Amino acid sequence: MRPELELISDWIRPGAQVLDLGCGDGALLAYLHEHRQVNGYGLEIDTANIVKCIQTGVNVIHADLEAGLEDFCDSSFDYVIMTQTLQAVRHTERLLDEMLRVGRQGIVTFPNFGFWRCRLQVGLQGLMPVAKTLPYQWYNTPNVHLFTLRDFEELCRTKRIDILQRMVLDHSHRPWLGPRLWPNLLGEIALYRLGRA
Amino acid sequence: MAASFPPDSVGLITPQTLYFDEPLALDCGRTLANYDLVYETYGTLNADHSNAVLICHALSGDHHVAGYHEDADLSKPGWWDNCIGPGKPIDTNQFFVVCCNNLGGCKGSTGPTAINPENLKPYGPDFPIVTVKDWVHSQARLADRLGIQQWAAIMGGSLGGMQAMQWTISFPDRVRHALVIAAAPRLSAQNIAFNEVARQAILSDPDFHYGHYYDFGVVPRRGLMIARMLGHITYLSEEGMRAKFGRELREGRPNFNFDTEFEVESYLRHQGKAFVDRFDANTYLLMTKTLDYFDPAADFDRDLSAAFHRALARFLVISFTSDWRFSPARSREIVRALVRAGREVSYAELPSEYGHDAFLMPIPLYHEILRSYLIRVAREVNAHAS
Repeated sequence: MRPELELISDWIRPGAQVLDLGCGDGALLAYLHEHRQVNGYGLEIDTANIVKCIQTGVNVIHADLEAGLEDFCDSSFDYVIMTQTLQAVRHTERLLDEMLRVGRQGIVTFPNFGFWRCRLQVGLQGLMPVAKTLPYQWYNTPNVHLFTLRDFEELCRTKRIDILQRMVLDHSHRPWLGPRLWPNLLGEIALYRLGRA
Repeated sequence: MAASFPPDSVGLITPQTLYFDEPLALDCGRTLANYDLVYETYGTLNADHSNAVLICHALSGDHHVAGYHEDADLSKPGWWDNCIGPGKPIDTNQFFVVCCNNLGGCKGSTGPTAINPENLKPYGPDFPIVTVKDWVHSQARLADRLGIQQWAAIMGGSLGGMQAMQWTISFPDRVRHALVIAAAPRLSAQNIAFNEVARQAILSDPDFHYGHYYDFGVVPRRGLMIARMLGHITYLSEEGMRAKFGRELREGRPNFNFDTEFEVESYLRHQGKAFVDRFDANTYLLMTKTLDYFDPAADFDRDLSAAFHRALARFLVISFTSDWRFSPARSREIVRALVRAGREVSYAELPSEYGHDAFLMPIPLYHEILRSYLIRVAREVNAHAS
């Protein structure tokens, strides 16, 4: 089992410029700085997380992703990363566009709503799904858009976003055979590397 | 009297003065042949002189930033005492902290109240209008004399933050970290407008005498008081004022006259009067001009990020939500320029009702951020030293 940040790190070119949208406590950027010598910034809205980033020495900029990335120039980063955040922002489409304007490539990770357990909960039990990767109840979830791998890939197709790489994992981040054969059914977490020609 | 100070205080402090006889060429084209700078220090400079922190004061501040003066009210410490001392966010167990009264000031450094060696009278309005760049040059000379080649950090709020920024541009290799708090990359037309009203209040006071009021044994009290009252309105937020004063009447009912009736009037008059006793009108005029002229982008085709291209420091930028004098949007301009210049920067926009004054307040989250940042700075210079 490897944490998500190690898997993302494999995709990052050493010395790259990185922008991490919704960087939390800065763990990913600190890891990428140590292992990939990246430079960059994290954007974060929560002040408690900002304090943690400053304690870690990660460059963090207080920002609301919903306001877009207008402070950043076109193609000013090699990668713009958004881990477990896409499902929690209101303007998903605009943020994807912004990611690929500011970054040469985008990396997103999100929980797969099409995972079989989720389907069972909705289909058989008639309940909104609660899973290890979707641990919230419907009334307290920060997730405002729930979507599946197929939904996401369909959006990429209509928006002419190129999927450069995909990795589908279970909740303990094992890329075993099942998710690879039936990703939308057996995958719990999806990692995508995106680009736009 | 054996005064006992809180354990986290730097205690009793004696200001020091250095005399500089190397002429200082100023932005305005004139030259200051010689000058004094008065300053205070707290903590101990380490062996390789790498742990020095420069605090830059704002419009009406001075060198007395922490601790107590013997001849002064022992209940009133320096203006940022809540942040500087052993174990405080600017930890004097770790850092050698320096703050000087800026040129043009009225607290001991050469300024309008000082004696002009040419005619042995106070400079008054003849004292040249100095800029933030001039201040930074004079502070660099102070650093030379103190044996500080590179500051671990330079920090300040408001006009103090502007000096920290200017340092990173004027002397890139002499600043490791710049902490820019409640500042702006330059003043807006609205900011300049407020300054202009303040200046007009002083200039139109009959006791001003074209700035030569010292010769007449008077001070333009009314003008300076109004200027300060106006300033205080811009330092507070609307919500903060409402919370602090509301519309409370001192006597509970209107008197239908122009006496001090509302609590907020009482506050402003008190602040104005207290200020007149401790501050010089010519210095106030000069400092507001220094603010108005600050514009580091002007030397770089109006491109602030081009100005920051030279900088080598890492930056921490902080703003406060209810500050409308230098609003968060102004701090974001600084951050945007730094990002575009590829500089390392962190930025926090902190919730506060205190308006512009917030940068002086012991707001827990604010102090936690300063502390967290400066702990890393201390670790960095210690690692560097060993």
